[in-house]
Amino acid sequence: MTQSWSKAWGMFAVVFGPPVVWLAAFFLVPLAIIWAYSFGENTSLTQIGVTGTLANYAHAVRPLYLGIIWKSFWFAGLTTILCLVAGFPVAIAITFAREKTRVWLLLLIMLPFWTNLLIRTYALMAVLRDEGYINFALAFLWHSAGHVTAAFGHPLGAFRPLELLHNNFAVIFGLVYVQLPFMVLPLYAALDRLDRSLLEASLDLGHGHLGTFARVVIPLAIPGIVSGVLITFIPTIGAYLTPDLLGGPSSQMIANVIENQFKNANDWPFGAALSFLLMYMTFIAMAVQGVLSRDRRERQA
Amino acid sequence: MNAKARKSPPGPLDYLRAWPIRAWLAFTAFYLYAPLITLMAFSFNDSKRNIVWRGFTLKYYQATFADTDLITAFGNSLTIAAVSTIVSVILGAMTALLLWRFRFGGKAALEGALGLPIVVPEICMGVAMLVFFTEVVPWPTELMWPFNLGAIIISHISFSFSFVAIVIRGRLASFNRELEEAARDLGANEWRVFWDVIAPHMRPGLIAGALLAFTLSLDDFVITFFTSGPDTITFPVKVYSMVRFSVTPEVNAASTILIVLTVALTAIALKMQGADVARAETGEGL
Repeated sequence: MTQSWSKAWGMFAVVFGPPVVWLAAFFLVPLAIIWAYSFGENTSLTQIGVTGTLANYAHAVRPLYLGIIWKSFWFAGLTTILCLVAGFPVAIAITFAREKTRVWLLLLIMLPFWTNLLIRTYALMAVLRDEGYINFALAFLWHSAGHVTAAFGHPLGAFRPLELLHNNFAVIFGLVYVQLPFMVLPLYAALDRLDRSLLEASLDLGHGHLGTFARVVIPLAIPGIVSGVLITFIPTIGAYLTPDLLGGPSSQMIANVIENQFKNANDWPFGAALSFLLMYMTFIAMAVQGVLSRDRRERQA
Repeated sequence: MNAKARKSPPGPLDYLRAWPIRAWLAFTAFYLYAPLITLMAFSFNDSKRNIVWRGFTLKYYQATFADTDLITAFGNSLTIAAVSTIVSVILGAMTALLLWRFRFGGKAALEGALGLPIVVPEICMGVAMLVFFTEVVPWPTELMWPFNLGAIIISHISFSFSFVAIVIRGRLASFNRELEEAARDLGANEWRVFWDVIAPHMRPGLIAGALLAFTLSLDDFVITFFTSGPDTITFPVKVYSMVRFSVTPEVNAASTILIVLTVALTAIALKMQGADVARAETGEGL
């Protein structure tokens, strides 16, 4: 269907030139500079010399930073698992809903996803903080219970708010909150293609709903699970805003360390090396996805 | 038969009528919506302490509109979004046409490179832009408004136009090539075919792409955070500086305005070109 560029070279030049030049000048060049910097060092206060050193990468695998990289993996992995567990029933509900309900349910999942990430994170701060809604409700219950126990001569004492914000729990809570729609949509896409007669057959032949789910639905939904897992995992590992606003000093992820190197610590070469490590991780995850989906297509062919 | 089926107990696959699924769905909806709805509700609450309902007020909206910093930031955001949208749509349309229409050496590599802005972690792109605009092309900050926003605008275009290209390419896929052949048979040259036949077909895609680019730009925090200076604050960057330390009704009011704006714009975009926008937003390939 496509035509060779030489057949309409005028048109080709017009549509080829600007996007390619823009992409090269304002995207690939900046990334290339960061890449070069990752092999450089601060030669003076404002100068960075690209010396081909690997010291920045060596620096990045020291225990402190390795720990943060590991923590980022751990956060992203846990978030992905929680999203998968929470998202699967939702995807099933959407798949087996009637046409009209389905549109509404999809909208229900997508709508929060269109609101600004910063605002969604801020909304969670209002929920989780010491004076937030959860602690407010708990304080109310505590005081009510206090009246009852006081009647029996055992006052409960002052309410001490649960520390829900600025810790690892808040970060995971926030990451799941932000990423859940990313998981539900690919799961739904996979379940929607599933042949329902297989499910009915399994139910007829004696499996219960859980048995059918484990032995029929999950194996058939593997492609959707894989793409949902990666689509959730990839942005989560590079998350900046959620750990920054909801996390405490010990819940920093790679992106926060990168930001710190560029904005405060002023060690750009090291920040550049960390950025590229993060990019390589992203690319590896995408390559995995590519290989898995190619395998699947070949098996189907 | 049909009436009978409606009265019958739920079918084996009617999972939406199973109570555990319903309960979970309700829980998920609560989890997703309760924080946002309370945020919006408390922007109308007549109390600084923000948590007990003390009556309806619009004073935080008045305060928001009286806050010159916030208004300036909002003006900056809209300006950046408008310019970046125009350029992104032009570049995105070109990209879409290029990939849809032509065969050339290195096409696969180019497609891969064009997908990069979508997959590269925001933080990496942010620092790359920071370095680029301080070391390589230092953007003069004393320029007259709106030219001082140039660095931010350029960064926004770089991450938006690939998304726009996906949307427009999706629209082009439904183009009937016979129309083009007919136009050619009737004597139209390459350009005439483009303007009279292909461009009108692209239009819904262009509009949807424009709305997508606009919301992407308006929403972006991380990349802007690295390219904005003290005089070039955008709305999300300003809200971030307010949010960092406390939860206040003013921030609630400002957030509510932005939520309503982006939800409305995205709803329009989806109406125009639903499936393609959804595909672009979930980052599925070019």
